[in-house]
Amino acid sequence: MQLTLIDWLIMAIYFIFVLGIGFALKRYMKTSTDFFLSGRSIPAWIAGLAFLSANLGAQEVIGMAASGAKYGISTSHFYWVGAIPAMVFVGLFMMPFYYGSRARSVPEYLKLRFDEKTRGFNAISFAAMTVFSSGISMYAMGLLLNLLLGWDFNLSIWVSAFIVLAYILLGGLTSAIYNEVLQFFLIVFGLAPLVFLGLRDAGGWSGLQTRLANVATSNGYSPGAWTNSWRLMHDSSANPMGVEWFGMAMGVGFVLSFGYWCTDFLVVQRAMAADSMQAARRTPLIAAVPKMLFPFLVILPGMIAIALTYQAGESGFSLPRKVDGNFNYDMAIPLMLSHYFPNGLLGLGLTALIASFMSGMAGNVTAFNTVWTYDIYQSYIKKDGTDQHYLWMGRMSTVFGIVISVGAAYVATRFNNIMDMLQLVFAFVNAPLFATFLLGMFWKRATGHGAFIGLVGGTLGAAIHHGLSLPRGGLPGVKGGWITTLHTYPSEMAQNFWTAILAWTVCFSLTIVVSLFTRPRNDSELTGLVWSLTERPRDADLNWYQKPSVLAGLVLILVIILNIIFW
Amino acid sequence: MGLDIRLPIGFMFVFVGLLLTGYGIFGPSEIYNRSLGINVNLGWGIVLLVFGLLMMFLGRHSLKQGKD
Repeated sequence: MQLTLIDWLIMAIYFIFVLGIGFALKRYMKTSTDFFLSGRSIPAWIAGLAFLSANLGAQEVIGMAASGAKYGISTSHFYWVGAIPAMVFVGLFMMPFYYGSRARSVPEYLKLRFDEKTRGFNAISFAAMTVFSSGISMYAMGLLLNLLLGWDFNLSIWVSAFIVLAYILLGGLTSAIYNEVLQFFLIVFGLAPLVFLGLRDAGGWSGLQTRLANVATSNGYSPGAWTNSWRLMHDSSANPMGVEWFGMAMGVGFVLSFGYWCTDFLVVQRAMAADSMQAARRTPLIAAVPKMLFPFLVILPGMIAIALTYQAGESGFSLPRKVDGNFNYDMAIPLMLSHYFPNGLLGLGLTALIASFMSGMAGNVTAFNTVWTYDIYQSYIKKDGTDQHYLWMGRMSTVFGIVISVGAAYVATRFNNIMDMLQLVFAFVNAPLFATFLLGMFWKRATGHGAFIGLVGGTLGAAIHHGLSLPRGGLPGVKGGWITTLHTYPSEMAQNFWTAILAWTVCFSLTIVVSLFTRPRNDSELTGLVWSLTERPRDADLNWYQKPSVLAGLVLILVIILNIIFW
Repeated sequence: MGLDIRLPIGFMFVFVGLLLTGYGIFGPSEIYNRSLGINVNLGWGIVLLVFGLLMMFLGRHSLKQGKD
């Protein structure tokens, strides 16, 4: 694929604006609150789009298209069963505590609600996780740009790391958030023509359905397996995901999505930066509206790619195979870009991909520098520094975080397995978290000892379950079964879901049992931190369309309609 | 915080929109074999241009209000 002047120009314009936003914001960065929390001054719609965009890293874009090709429209469950209900929940029920407690980070909320050790456990695992995932994302980007355009791996990594570093150093979280809004629009406008052209090539929606029926029957499923999201969920062997409705609803819906959207500081930080409690509560609700349409932008291209691979369209697009003979699903979006986009639009599409890498990286780095500075440095290393000192530390940790990320990207080039293992460990740590927050926010009897032991127990439970089970066809090792194989799941996804469900259940029960045997805190210490001891946020004076409860109702109705249309 | 983000977004999309529209009109036409014979640069360039102008319009509106 050959880039021409126009493609480079579009890319250059993007870089100039991204850096320009950083420069324009530089003079507003006076205190650590400005740098880490945007001075709590971000309007709801901006926070909402940033909430969405911080999660819209390239792994999301590329990974969702890959799942769309592999599992079909059932991938939309990650949105219509998982993310959307979770975003409604965090906006309505959890934001009053995150925003209302004036905690500066999610781990700090745990400190206020429970105790120091629970915060420490969460802060350290989260900080490590963010820099490593930002590194893995960089690695993926370097590899992709090299494969697609022949760009030098080192150059891609260092240039993108430098740009992200520059705009965060200059404008802190505000710069990251503003750029995330810009990146959001860029990703949408860069990928939308892909769906249009792909769908046209596949003969429209009805043509796509016919082709996907062919994909389904060729793989031994009934014809609707790629185009029905619920109809074949009655039995795990009837759909390509290998999951039945209960594992789906509990695993992806309840445990994984609620765990991510409700407790991950990467996204919650965007809502904490909002300019008022009402704006903070509206943030995830506003984000939910575009989020529910994202399957059409990121999953549909994958479905189109696999459909055209089994039954070629007029332009002859098809997915390549990997060395092991399986399709290289991850290349669905990048290859469609280079196949369908002429010069000009190609520059826009590539810029959109790069923008999604950058927004993911910046999201991780801004979450990391805050947790590092407030929850680790200020808590354990230097307690009595001046605000200017912490602002300085924030900038230092931005540099430091990016350098570790780059290091992690290079480690990934040499030892891919280490990265897989790290991601696995993080998954174990994350799986039980939602149980801790649920009990912390809605059961005042839950204690710090209970929360801590529950978290550790849940993490261990996840690890042991993984060590005892394997997906069908997997070899013992990173895929599981490293203790011994007691159970075989029909797919890796089924194994992940059940690992998460088990971790959640262990954490939930252990926290309750230990809490009942340990001394609870006084009610007076928990005001503003627990549902029963907190005044309900008032919204009687808001217009109907500004009320979180009304917005939440609308969002839920829309998402139910989507589920029914693609049943 | 001082800067209305709609302005830079508006400017950027106007620039990119103009570039694509111009390239669609004056650039080579054989490149559209890839995009199923459709001049996507022209069509999509206009979409981006309109979006950019809309953002600038909304941003300008708030700029005036802020100065009052």
